[in-house]
Amino acid sequence: MSRYLRHIILDNIGESGQKKLSEAKVVVIGAGGLGCPVLQYLTAAGVGTIGIVDFDTVEESNLQRQILYGNSSIGINKAEAAKKRLCDLNHTITIIAYPEKLTTLNATTIFRQYDIIVDATDNLETRYLINDACVLTNKPMVYAGVYKFEGQVAVFNYQEGATYRCAFPETKNTTPNCEDIGVLGVLPGIIGTLQANEVLKIILEIGAVLRSKILFYNSLTNRFSIISLKRNEEAVKKAQCFKIKPVQPQQEVKQLSVEEALKIKDAFFVDVRNYGALPKVKLPNCITIPLAIIEKKIHEIPEEKEIIFFCQAGISSKKAVLTYQKLRKKTCYSMKAGIYEIKEHLEG
Amino acid sequence: MKIPVKYYGLIAEAVNKNDDLISFSGTSVEDLLEVLFKKYPVLKTKDFQVAQHNHLLAKNETLDETELALLPPFAGG
Repeated sequence: MSRYLRHIILDNIGESGQKKLSEAKVVVIGAGGLGCPVLQYLTAAGVGTIGIVDFDTVEESNLQRQILYGNSSIGINKAEAAKKRLCDLNHTITIIAYPEKLTTLNATTIFRQYDIIVDATDNLETRYLINDACVLTNKPMVYAGVYKFEGQVAVFNYQEGATYRCAFPETKNTTPNCEDIGVLGVLPGIIGTLQANEVLKIILEIGAVLRSKILFYNSLTNRFSIISLKRNEEAVKKAQCFKIKPVQPQQEVKQLSVEEALKIKDAFFVDVRNYGALPKVKLPNCITIPLAIIEKKIHEIPEEKEIIFFCQAGISSKKAVLTYQKLRKKTCYSMKAGIYEIKEHLEG
Repeated sequence: MKIPVKYYGLIAEAVNKNDDLISFSGTSVEDLLEVLFKKYPVLKTKDFQVAQHNHLLAKNETLDETELALLPPFAGG
């Protein structure tokens, strides 16, 4: 097939290697900054069955780095939007979308249907969950993580090698994600591509896989370093504490565009940025209460109005919604794109 | 013992430097951590691992004076 000609003419791959790719089954957890390049290259390479797990929807702020999506994907579930794009890239493979959150209830069931599990998530909690489910189902975990300008890649639980818990045994859960602290757009592209490379090497059984090794990359200094680690049986055993527990349904945050917000009768806007934050916004019925003191100042928010929180980028306002709903047991809204959208419409 | 230390990711931000020179009596990773926590109490709240000679070390392992690295997990994706 001419599609894979550039693979087939490589000595290390050939027709037999391409057959291995077409028979391989890989599931990617997270279709965000890392997941997009991983999915794109695995699909193009002809990996026969690809699963995509993601419960989140595409937002405008994702487009800076999540290269499978465009404006028309905004508001659509990421697993579904990625599947649509990837089916166009390669219609000869099977792509299965799981538009759901990975939990202790579905992880092992999903993992058992695949050969390789790719951790392209954005939080430590899910990374430990993926590790534990990989240990229980005896699957390799191709891991990557990014932080601002730095990234790491590793293959855990591969051929009796070290697991994620051997590398990072405890968590104080103080490690923020890209949405909270920012990330250079191209960085997850570089790191996700390295991750896809490890997946292909495992399937093709070629080269040196990052087994019991973590690769560190700094995009500012161009420094790559590889750190080795040992499998620690005590740490591996902790995967056994993976228990089926009831999953708390995620509280829903209702989000509005500025047009939708302005149409609401009795709307009352609350700016949750710090006092004096720029740019200033002129809206009718608007007060400032910084996120940190909402609980203390909740009496300043009129109960009878429809409350719409906004902030710089639409992240703090989501947190404000959860706090408000907890305290007042009443639905309210978050402005989807934050201050930038408001500024465009009201200060022009 | 005097060891040059390299900080990565949010560990470098927490201590506000990329490189350091740590002096301490003792030889194990645990001895080093005790001194580091005294110098930078903020590190007590962070997850990280200690690596020397490109290997992650357990707390009871012995250090020499070669440069070591403090490596946190990266959560983002």
